Amino acid sequence: MELYELTVHELQERLSRREISSEEIVKSIYLRIHDVEDKVKSFLTLTEDLALQKAQEVDRVGSYHSIAGIPMGLKDIFCTRGVKTTCGSKILANFVPPYDSTASRRLDEQQGVLVGKLNMDEFAMGSSTENSAFFSTHNPWDLERVPGGSSGGSAAAVAACEVPFALGTDTGGSIRQPASFCGVVGMKPTYGRVSRWGVIAYASSLDQVGVFSRDVRDCALVMKIIAGHDPLDSTSADVEVPDYAACLDGDVKGMRIAYPKEYLQQGVDDAIKEAIKKALLKYEELGAIVEEVSLPHSEYALPAYYLVAPAEASANLARYDGVRYGHRDFEAGSVVEMFSQSRAQGFGDEVKRRIMLGAYALSSGYYDAYYLKALKVRRLIANDFDRVFNDFDIIVSPTTPSTAFKIGEQSGDPLTLYMNDILTVPVNMAGLPGMSVPCGFDRGLPIGMQLIGRAFDEGTLFKAAYAFEQNTGFHTMKPTLGVK
Amino acid sequence: MGKDFEIVIGLEVHAELKTNSKIFCSCSTAFGAVPNTQTCPVCAGFPGMLPVLNVKVVELAIRTGLALHSEVPGTCKFDRKNYFYPDLPKAYQISQFDLPVCKGGYLDIDVNGQEKRIGITRAHMEEDAGKLVHQGDISTTPFSLVDLNRSGVPLLEIVSEPDMRSAQEARAYVEKLRSILLFAGVSDCKMEEGSLRCDANVSVRPFGQKEFGIRAEIKNLNSFRALEKAIEYEAKRQIEATEDGETIIQETRTWDDEKQVTRSMRSKEEAHDYRYFPEPDLPPLHISREWVEEIASLMPELPEQAQKRLTGDYGLPVYDAAILTLTPESLTFFDQCLLVYPDAKTISNWMMGDLSRLLNQNNQEISDLKFQPADLVQMLKLIDEGTISGKMGKTVFEEMFASGKSPDIIIKEKGLVQISDEGALLPVIEDIINANPRVVEDYKNGKDKAFGFFIGQIMKSTRGQANPAMVNKLLKEKLDSLS
Repeated sequence: MELYELTVHELQERLSRREISSEEIVKSIYLRIHDVEDKVKSFLTLTEDLALQKAQEVDRVGSYHSIAGIPMGLKDIFCTRGVKTTCGSKILANFVPPYDSTASRRLDEQQGVLVGKLNMDEFAMGSSTENSAFFSTHNPWDLERVPGGSSGGSAAAVAACEVPFALGTDTGGSIRQPASFCGVVGMKPTYGRVSRWGVIAYASSLDQVGVFSRDVRDCALVMKIIAGHDPLDSTSADVEVPDYAACLDGDVKGMRIAYPKEYLQQGVDDAIKEAIKKALLKYEELGAIVEEVSLPHSEYALPAYYLVAPAEASANLARYDGVRYGHRDFEAGSVVEMFSQSRAQGFGDEVKRRIMLGAYALSSGYYDAYYLKALKVRRLIANDFDRVFNDFDIIVSPTTPSTAFKIGEQSGDPLTLYMNDILTVPVNMAGLPGMSVPCGFDRGLPIGMQLIGRAFDEGTLFKAAYAFEQNTGFHTMKPTLGVK
Repeated sequence: MGKDFEIVIGLEVHAELKTNSKIFCSCSTAFGAVPNTQTCPVCAGFPGMLPVLNVKVVELAIRTGLALHSEVPGTCKFDRKNYFYPDLPKAYQISQFDLPVCKGGYLDIDVNGQEKRIGITRAHMEEDAGKLVHQGDISTTPFSLVDLNRSGVPLLEIVSEPDMRSAQEARAYVEKLRSILLFAGVSDCKMEEGSLRCDANVSVRPFGQKEFGIRAEIKNLNSFRALEKAIEYEAKRQIEATEDGETIIQETRTWDDEKQVTRSMRSKEEAHDYRYFPEPDLPPLHISREWVEEIASLMPELPEQAQKRLTGDYGLPVYDAAILTLTPESLTFFDQCLLVYPDAKTISNWMMGDLSRLLNQNNQEISDLKFQPADLVQMLKLIDEGTISGKMGKTVFEEMFASGKSPDIIIKEKGLVQISDEGALLPVIEDIINANPRVVEDYKNGKDKAFGFFIGQIMKSTRGQANPAMVNKLLKEKLDSLS
């Protein structure tokens, strides 16, 4: 095994036994990146000099606790002081923030080593990373296919062993869907679990920071670091963060697992249905109680999402006006022209589409019919989940209705593309924690299983996911970086 | 013209709340700093930045609500008001739309002895925008600079009911509101620094008509005078237009202080659609009864209570009480004098007379005064004791105002002691009578002027230091004894 293939906890063990140095790991990681990046194209920015410096510093101190000296990647939506942060957009192509996001700062304080900033759909709007203003990222399992999105760079980099773990964000499925497409573990925690401070906003009431890793233990380890209350984010919850590692005991005996019938219809591929059914059998085999339930309002989640998220985005993205930072059209002859030209030139089509949608939904006379109605639907969706969680510990479903599609295959049709998130969006609408773990393959492409938990009960998700992973072993499969 | 029309006015007042730091970040709110030195990524609207509510802002808003007899609901929330302008960094203002911090309320005004109650619709918290600095005029400037020092400064927008019927009433409302805000300690209310700003909604209707006329919103009212003038102008314009058969349109107009006219800025059709929606970065704000009660229990004395004290306990006229309670500094000055000098009316006369005149002449406020209340009291006592005359008092007072010296020092320096000694005055009186036998004859023949002539001569000869009452008495005695 090469160093770049090891997980966070494997690297941590070797570091603490002084078998390897952080510098060796970081060098191995960059060799790997230089080897495969032409094919995968995960990174928008590499921070090699900074990373080597940091690794040497960690080695000099020689205290290898937590993630000290271990490489990591950040979706380019996390502001990093002194390191360019583009959010996948031309409008921020040269933006260098003077501050760090809370989540990345917490990793930095644990001496994690930033390797680079990862590709994404522009402003996290998309499900394929094709909406990046710079280039598309390729799925390591089939380079002609998309890695999913919007955190496609993060998922692909972890799958291709370019980093052992990465952070992403998830507004409607942007962690779970790419994790599923790339065959890695991805967690979107409860809304409010991780601070959004310094994370460039798409839809503030839905955005949540989460983790990509190659196994459940790594995910739990990183979550423990980034989770917790932040006084700088008024929506971050002051709820104690349990010791997630203690949840990894593999014991699901008596755990009550629900599967919503609606999530196994809705045009879900047969191979995916099969994989989920097998996974449920595995859980029963391990002593869990598995029953079918109904989440009747889930079918309204996607339309409601496409009112709430664009509405918030239309306001969140209004600040990119060319006045203080970001792209400005210097040819503009007036203030209004400067606003409109800077934005016309700086934003891509999907971003413009959602800004238009959102501005329309909020406009005078339409607010009640659209935005307010969507908020009511949101309440109903949350009530559905609450009802199920009265009797069950977790909900299991497919993460996506299909496996990774080909680059360009859906890019002309936004509505088809939006369907990718049909199984993940309800979780964001209800603010619940959701996770995707590998549960099989269809013609060589990974299938993801989604686990949904009670608010702030990420621990039970880790418990269930770990038990499944340890008893199946899909997480040990690695892509060959070729074309299928 | 216009006799048949009633003017209807509602006011929106923006008061800057008196906090050390901004509403959503920890930047200073101090006025007059070098541009863009009191900014941070939050109030400059950088990517990924989030607002954190300054609790002091809420406390001051609640205090204002209590002072205006408003309801403070248990829950309020913030909303985003969306519009593009270079001085608005996020391109939305965090404000409160449908659930403001204060609902309802009123204040009482007094115009020409007529008391009237003006309703308050609501008061809500919001952040201020930055400001643009142009090279000359906005329409011809080659470029504009943005100063974000003011961006995120906390404001309370207080909206009145359309209860005012004249420019005078509107002015009285803002003056009264200002004094309440000052007494409650929630705002400095400095119109010239922009910490108190006012927009007026003006419409006209024939007397007796129930429905309101179409209103115009007048902006850029930067002084009490501008407020009055703009309302008068706008009402006249609308009345004339109506009489000429024109239709008034709903629009926003700006007051041109130079030309003394209102000009159209934008019509209703051109008005912004602000696309308000709940601010997702701030959870709804819950305000406990206990907190409101605590704030109420710590409420400073308000103008109304002070006025009752002044008219009730000290017997001052309502007019005096109203003037003395325009600012807390004025009332404090009065109260401090009253602690050591029992005659409230005399203190009030001096404050409303000479003090007020000198302050106006020098464009100063009581807080700028160089002398203390104790100095005024000392001077009043010197007058009472007869050491100086009331007229000398005016001279002493002007010197106190100019130099801040205490009255006894001024008297010494200027030799301003009153002669009340009979033994000293009598020889002077006798000399002057003896020197003017013809005038004595006039006096005997009943010519009133003669008496005045003697007084004048005596005062002249004593350089004004003779006690006038005593001179009067002694002179009369002396002249009458001659007959």
